[in-house]
Amino acid sequence: MGMTLYEKIYDQHQVAQLNDSTDLLYIDFHFIHEVTSPQAFAGLKQAGRTVRNPVATLATMDHNISTQNRRIDGAGEVSQQQLTALQKHCREFQIPLIDITHRDQGIVHVIGPEQGITQPGMTIVCGDSHTSTHGAFGALAFGIGTSEVEHVLATQTLPQQRAKNMKVQIDGQLPMGVTAKDVILAVIGRIGTAGGSGYVVEYCGSAIESMDMEERMTVCNMTIEMGAKAGLIAPDEVTFSYLQGRPRAPSGDQWQRALARWKTLKSDADAVFDKTVHIDASSIRPQITWGTSPEQVMAVTERVPDPANFPATEQQRSVAKALEYMGLTPGSLLQDYPVDVVFIGSCTNSRLVDLRQAAAVVKGGRVAPHVRALVVPGSAQVKREAEAEGLADVFRAAGFEWREPGCSMCLAMNDDIVPAGKRCVSTSNRNFEGRQGRLARTHLASPAVAASAAIHGYLSTNPLVSGEGLI
Amino acid sequence: MSQQQYFHQGSACALPIDNVDTDQIIPKQFLTGISRDGFGAALFYDWRYLDDGAPNPDFVLNQPQFQGVSILVAGHNFGCGSSREHAPWALAQFGFKVVVASSFADIFYRNCINNKLLPAQVSTTDLKRLTAVCEQRAEAIKVDLEQQQLVLSNGEAIPFSIASSDRDQLLDDCDFIGVAEQHLDAIDRYENDRATTVPWFMPLSFTV
Repeated sequence: MGMTLYEKIYDQHQVAQLNDSTDLLYIDFHFIHEVTSPQAFAGLKQAGRTVRNPVATLATMDHNISTQNRRIDGAGEVSQQQLTALQKHCREFQIPLIDITHRDQGIVHVIGPEQGITQPGMTIVCGDSHTSTHGAFGALAFGIGTSEVEHVLATQTLPQQRAKNMKVQIDGQLPMGVTAKDVILAVIGRIGTAGGSGYVVEYCGSAIESMDMEERMTVCNMTIEMGAKAGLIAPDEVTFSYLQGRPRAPSGDQWQRALARWKTLKSDADAVFDKTVHIDASSIRPQITWGTSPEQVMAVTERVPDPANFPATEQQRSVAKALEYMGLTPGSLLQDYPVDVVFIGSCTNSRLVDLRQAAAVVKGGRVAPHVRALVVPGSAQVKREAEAEGLADVFRAAGFEWREPGCSMCLAMNDDIVPAGKRCVSTSNRNFEGRQGRLARTHLASPAVAASAAIHGYLSTNPLVSGEGLI
Repeated sequence: MSQQQYFHQGSACALPIDNVDTDQIIPKQFLTGISRDGFGAALFYDWRYLDDGAPNPDFVLNQPQFQGVSILVAGHNFGCGSSREHAPWALAQFGFKVVVASSFADIFYRNCINNKLLPAQVSTTDLKRLTAVCEQRAEAIKVDLEQQQLVLSNGEAIPFSIASSDRDQLLDDCDFIGVAEQHLDAIDRYENDRATTVPWFMPLSFTV
């Protein structure tokens, strides 16, 4: 019987069997950041342990930092305490740190791939659920808790149990204006917030193959929003050409050896998946969430659902609760609701391709007077490139704030907060209650849809319908 | 069965909401600390407190009959979203020893096990029944981890599932890093091998 890509990577990393269901897996690379690591370092020290392989670890500052400046106290004293703790721990254990002022600083899931650290066939972990992003390279990558961060620091391994295999095959051509974000939102809408629990999801099909690496990262990034352990895309020429020449990618003879090995990283033709989902790419429309869970999503032109139309009473109750929180009337169109804030950024949609898509919609327009709009590039490198290409000028000229890199308004840990009761169209990944601020109302969408909402000041101004071009 | 043989005995309350995410369990403004302590007061902060910081009288944990509860009867897909281990820390520091749900999100589940908080998975039907009971009163429940059942005050037993390795981790006083350290030779061998087969994964130095 053939093997799935997940099973191959899993087997290649088995160090020992701990019991009937648990293996000790080797972790090739470990990203850490300021929020979920301090207690892990404290635990290490308390137990008299050290970091086994500091150079298989990279620390960055992203969650808790100001995006208005590069000062370590830019987001206040409490945040500074966490940042200085990270500096101290990295010095003490000799872990490389991309500090707030470093030229490569950025969101952990943006800079890993950017530096060529993320490579096919690796196991990668981070104390952050969106570690699934790195699966776009055919790496087994997943988020972990702080106790597990400590475990990886100490042993470079993790106890793991085998997940089930799910295949999500998306064939065909995406309609004009439909992006990777719309694809993954549509997939989550289909599979549900818990539908991926216990699974590793492999994405395949012609629509996935024709995506560039940044789009594939957007797809894998949100795999956690359907509860799956990880998302995977088999590496191909698109992957290899993205990696070639990056600072941490192999070079010379090692590049050839790596390439030969990476080409074997795909599911066998006769591999068995526990679940398979087929989606026709041409049926996908630009998406927007209407509720407080990423599965509560629809095409931008659809009407807000009516709780009465859901079969189970639990569903009716949860839909009604979501609509009340969101301030939406059943049966209404989202285009009738004014938007207060537009956020373009986050590990889901802050890369150059995302900013290009947004800028293409913005170009020549002005942010509506009642809207506050900000663009937060994913990394210092993305920021430099966007400035060199003139994208930053497009955003600034239109009235967007052009910020320093960081997680920013995706989780609102710093001072980038959506005020209570305000409506935000956001390119981030979670529309949970209070995620962007207490009582903030979040609508998740693609960079193009978000940019369009900023200009028009209202939701659901579908770039397709309004004829605005996308690149 | 003697009292010691129960994993826990306590009273329960119901929070019958599906897809409770870890942002609800512990909002981000409480993640700025560097210690593992002090999260209990912020558990379910946005639901538990009003805008002015006063306790929300409608929220279950603020109701007089549910003071002192240690078993949370939740919904489906409890603990989804962010990987923050602060969520089980907050639940445990508030006083919860057991969370009962019809399913748990994977990362949250693992974080519970690593903090000796029992995630007890029951069937949807049993959860409905249990919720109905716990919405009425702070039901006294005995949690039998050996037999994997929740014993209600009327003697009725509701089975729950948990992987045997996870049950062992909850029952043993083991240091889970220590378990891996028993395999240090195997880790050494693995690393030596990888330095030959995939040297590009094994950098000797890394400067930023």
